[in-house]
Amino acid sequence: MRYIDEFRDPALTEALLQRIAQLMLLMPERQQLPLQIMEVCGGHTHAIFKFGLDRLLPDNLEFIHGPGCPVCVLPMGRIDSCLEIAAHPEVIFCTYGDAMRVRGRHGSLLDARRQGADIRVVYSPLDALQLAADNPQREVVFFGLGFETTMPASALTLQQARRRSLTNFSLFCQHITLIPTLRSLLQQPDVRIDGFLAPGHVSMVIGNAPYGFIAENYHKPLVVTGFEPLDILQGLLMLLEQLHAGRSAVENQYRRIVPEQGNRLAQQALAEVFCLKASSEWRGLGEIAHSGVQLTPGYAEFDAERRFHPQAQQVADDPRSRCGEVLTGRCKPDACPLFGKQCTPSNAFGALMVSSEGACAAYYQYRRETA
Amino acid sequence: MCLGVPGKVISVGEDLHQLATVDVCGVSLRVNIALVCEDSPQALIGQWVLVHVGFAMSLLDEQEALEMLAALEQLRAVGLERPMPEGKDALH
Amino acid sequence: MQGLIEELFLQAFANPALNAREDQACIALSELCAAGDRLAVSTDSYVIDPIFFPGGDIGKLAVCGTANDVAVSGARPRYLSCGLILEEGLPFATLARIVQSMAATAQQDGMQIVTGDTKVVPRGAADKIFINTTGFGAIPNNIDWGVHQIRQGDSIIVSGTLGDHGATILNLREGLGLASELGSDCALLAPLIAPLLNIPGVRALRDATRGGVTAVLHEFAAASGCGMEILEAALPLKPAVRGMCELLGLDALNFANEGKLVLVVAPEAEAEVLAALHQHPLGRDAAVIGHTLERQQVNVVGLFGVSRRLDLPLDEPLPRIC
Repeated sequence: MRYIDEFRDPALTEALLQRIAQLMLLMPERQQLPLQIMEVCGGHTHAIFKFGLDRLLPDNLEFIHGPGCPVCVLPMGRIDSCLEIAAHPEVIFCTYGDAMRVRGRHGSLLDARRQGADIRVVYSPLDALQLAADNPQREVVFFGLGFETTMPASALTLQQARRRSLTNFSLFCQHITLIPTLRSLLQQPDVRIDGFLAPGHVSMVIGNAPYGFIAENYHKPLVVTGFEPLDILQGLLMLLEQLHAGRSAVENQYRRIVPEQGNRLAQQALAEVFCLKASSEWRGLGEIAHSGVQLTPGYAEFDAERRFHPQAQQVADDPRSRCGEVLTGRCKPDACPLFGKQCTPSNAFGALMVSSEGACAAYYQYRRETA
Repeated sequence: MCLGVPGKVISVGEDLHQLATVDVCGVSLRVNIALVCEDSPQALIGQWVLVHVGFAMSLLDEQEALEMLAALEQLRAVGLERPMPEGKDALH
Repeated sequence: MQGLIEELFLQAFANPALNAREDQACIALSELCAAGDRLAVSTDSYVIDPIFFPGGDIGKLAVCGTANDVAVSGARPRYLSCGLILEEGLPFATLARIVQSMAATAQQDGMQIVTGDTKVVPRGAADKIFINTTGFGAIPNNIDWGVHQIRQGDSIIVSGTLGDHGATILNLREGLGLASELGSDCALLAPLIAPLLNIPGVRALRDATRGGVTAVLHEFAAASGCGMEILEAALPLKPAVRGMCELLGLDALNFANEGKLVLVVAPEAEAEVLAALHQHPLGRDAAVIGHTLERQQVNVVGLFGVSRRLDLPLDEPLPRIC
């Protein structure tokens, strides 16, 4: 398959692995203290484990699996609100398949669907909008979640809803933004991250400039990286070259997809439809200022929360889970007391076990001993 | 949220508000092109785009893709001349 | 209505046992005994939504699914029973189409639907139509296939491309609107299996339905005590199924199939089994995908040689966007 298989080529993978191993040998000080590279995005985590890249790399090079999995950081209380909205008999509740299995206090959307609520999985928010057009007597609510990659789709769908005068459509907004969360990670005193693989698909929207502070103020190298094995290994090599040369800059490995300035049309749509919220809750990390968005006053009429007034929710994470520490690289998934015992993919206690992209779920699926 | 897949634009509507048809390895799907197109959609036909949740999010730069693979091919050629210090086989 | 339905069945399924219109079907044991020394019996219920799909319908599925469960024992499926639960309001034409499809499928391999039952329930008490079928056939005297035969070092073979049925149904059921060549692989497997009866070293067969190849490998491992290791690069996949998996973040190993075998065979039987499968149109894409291990675990070796656990899917696959 074009633009996929070329980037999984075993011979080129081997060449990159060799080059990375050679560079690591040139940094003998790293023999005792392993390099810790954070891959920010859950998509990277998934690819690293799926292809076993972590096991092909030198032992003194460790991945820290970052907070870039919107399903993992989805607070339980938001799911409870989804269930509350979906329970209205006139509502057709739509969302991505990823959100269906996440449990709130009263079960998941999948459970609610089995019990008769009209909940539908859509591939695109445009499919939800079409449902609104086809069912004028119903209220269609789209649960939009995700980072800047997914935000433009929600924004354009609302613009279209306005253009088509579809007043029976609304958005339950759980869109969050990575940069403030990365900043808050870097501000914590005991976090040791040597460099970042930044999420390529977020970057194709926002561009490379927003990461500047990481290189300039925190002196950490950062490489915007794609999601195929060759992308991830080349991104890693570019990071190591910076570290070896004592540089810290924002570089772009994923130039075939990510333009330097991002996607201007998408940025315009985001600015028209969304504005920053004072604070948003992240499962496992707590409240982070300016880390989420809400609809601008011009689009407030499409806000499902204004339409259905779900109760305010505050659900604390299980105090035994160490999600926050795993997310910041202070704890490996299997060092958490709940890992693989009370907390498994089929019965997830913690945020990172919830989605298959969560660090713990990926660790559970791919990294349990096979030898 | 990262699942993005490259696909080739097969056909487009008259304006950018109409959905285009994109082929992803034999699966054709209807995709919004408003984020990769400012005037005539016709120019998109035959181009590769990155598809995410029913939207074309970015035009794929074929030149950049080729350059990356060429650079890696170069790295491989150099690596063959200069094998690993311990001759360690990284794969397997 | 009830009269119409009876007429429909009697016409479509006509055979001596059914035509006798007794409370039970009378089947001559001598015929079965001539074919083997043990009776293979299997039952399954079909509740698929949508009831019509590219490559089949619930009727064809109800015949193939049960017949295949009988056939993987080495028995030739001969007789079927069939119970239908109909939701009030199901158009007669729809029912007729499904019944004709069942009859045509059964006839294809000389199977008889010898007894049946129909109940109509109020609207909402069932979803359009549910079908239960039970199949019977005799296992030949010299055949003893089953998980108890599996040994360490055996070869694991699949009879064709994986996930065609699951991908087709997911696309329709969730209204994903992906247009492609996708169609269900729903088919009777007994004709594909028949030539294998003469090959020594065939250990165990399963048809990889719900839960896909992953589920079968786990069943094999649990029952045999052996591990299963397959190679990702060896899996036969239609490009459209692979495309759908890339697009929706899914794994074809977990998709249901309705016309694919997973076989475990002795290493020395591998070439002959593969050749026999390739002879039949249903087995054209048959491939060796792995081998059994001593340690009881199910692994998949990725593209770059790294082995990882292959866990059972939690439930039905759902499309992902992240």
